[in-house]
Amino acid sequence: MISFSNVYKRYPNGFEALKNIVFTIKQGEMVFITGNSGAGKSTLLKLIGAIERPTTGSIIVNDQNVSKLKNSAIPFLRRNLGMVFQGQKILFDRSVFDNVVLPLQICGFEHQSAAGRVRAALDKVGLLGKEKALPITLSGGEQQRLCIARAVVNRPSILIADEPTTYLDPSYTKDIMNMFKSFHQVGVTVLITTPAAELLESPQYRILSLSHGELVT
Amino acid sequence: MWLSHHWHAFFLALRRLVDSPLASLLNIIVIGVAFSLPTGVYMLLGNVQSFSGQLSGAPQLNVFLKLGTGKDAIEKLKSHLKQHPQIASFRFLSKDKALEQLKQKNGMADAVNSLTRNPLPDAFIIDAKSISPETLKRLRTEMLKWPDSKHVQLDSDWMERLNALLKLGQIALLILTALLSFALIVVTFNTIRLQILTKRNEIEVSKLIGATSNFIRRPFLYFGAIQGVAGGAIAWLIVALVINLINSELTNLVQLYTVDFQLHHISFEDSISLLLFSSWLGWAGSWLSVASHLWQIEP
Ligand SMILES: Nc1ncnc2c1ncn2[C@@H]1O[C@H](COP(=O)(O)OP(=O)(O)OP(=O)(O)O)[C@@H](O)[C@H]1O
Ligand SMILES: [Mg+2]
Repeated sequence: MISFSNVYKRYPNGFEALKNIVFTIKQGEMVFITGNSGAGKSTLLKLIGAIERPTTGSIIVNDQNVSKLKNSAIPFLRRNLGMVFQGQKILFDRSVFDNVVLPLQICGFEHQSAAGRVRAALDKVGLLGKEKALPITLSGGEQQRLCIARAVVNRPSILIADEPTTYLDPSYTKDIMNMFKSFHQVGVTVLITTPAAELLESPQYRILSLSHGELVT
Repeated sequence: MWLSHHWHAFFLALRRLVDSPLASLLNIIVIGVAFSLPTGVYMLLGNVQSFSGQLSGAPQLNVFLKLGTGKDAIEKLKSHLKQHPQIASFRFLSKDKALEQLKQKNGMADAVNSLTRNPLPDAFIIDAKSISPETLKRLRTEMLKWPDSKHVQLDSDWMERLNALLKLGQIALLILTALLSFALIVVTFNTIRLQILTKRNEIEVSKLIGATSNFIRRPFLYFGAIQGVAGGAIAWLIVALVINLINSELTNLVQLYTVDFQLHHISFEDSISLLLFSSWLGWAGSWLSVASHLWQIEP
């Protein structure tokens, strides 16, 4: 469950990126967040992962009050979140396998069971044959899928993706959307931002629209 | 799980070492050369100490009694010495025996035989329990106060001078160690600082996917410790090499004299301490570096 109440985010330079945000996403829901560039979509996701802190208001993620979380508790919050970031954040000096295994190493998994999980995650995103490849040799869509594999390898209950399909051509977009839908079908809460609502071919899902830092419905 | 974290950090640190072999090697050699200095000085001090101990044994006190000291007085002194808490053993050398010994010496027999009267005093030759110069001096003044003693001879002047020199050497060693330890910390600090800068992306990503600061810090700490141990080992090897060179020269030299003098390396325990100390310094250097640089990287 993700719940925002009266959340404001003002950046240090004084810019108010989010104003009075209120919403609740239930466990297992799949939700899209749309809005123009600069509307505050990334900021909203960063608040969920405690990458940024709200100026006022409270944010509850899986019964934890993220806005009041101590710095030392943040890593453990993030381990329960699968996050796919805008701008990818891939380690290009490591193989595909080593990139995906990183969250498991952080949690202290044994090498054997970690390897099994990594292969399962790569299989889900269709990259199983490329585990030894270096990320630089992957296409844009494949790199995006690598990020998704890394986000789900730890089997998080919440999956967050910031514009996962922006620079991809339509066939890739469909592929990746289907991937998220399949995670949703096995009970994962999925939260995806996309810049424009008209790109969505899935009217059955809930959409939160942001405009200049405010929710419009 | 805890163990697997440490293995992971250890291997990551090793891989970082191997990934930039030249830089690591240079660092390790710099640390090693720096540390070979205090190690070498320590080794020399140890050798000088054990050599001087070998030469002199424990210094002895010779108490010469006044001529004409009676048998009763001597017996009294003997029982006094037996009970003295600071005296390990003693030997009474009567004047007759002393004369006898003198006669045995080459060329002295005629001279001794020509004497009409024994000019030698009775004497005690005393081994103290402690060889510290202070104790020996105290014993000496005490014995000088005996009514029957005429002269107390203590062969400790050169020992004292040597001790003073050794003390000076120890102070020099302390200063040298402090300075070079500081240098080692600085070298490691800088290495780790550069490493953190080049690993910025990796650190950021790790934080984003839930790495604790400990998890991120650990490989750097291991790196510093490994570099420190390796530097310590190099220092040990440099000193071993120098000892080898000097010893082969010494064998030529000491054949001219009749003493057997070979340099020995620092003891096993001291070697282990050296490695522990250098790894601790490396660890401390990287800890300082991590503490002052890691927080700047926030996702
Ligand atoms: N660290 C920051 N400091 C100051 N202002 C910021 C910071 N990050 C974002 N902003 C501002 O906040 C607003 C919202 O940014 P955000 O990244 O959330 O937009 P977005 O909806 O994700 O846009 P896009 O679709 O381009 O990714 C923007 O106007 C941006 O300039
Ligand atoms: Mg954005």
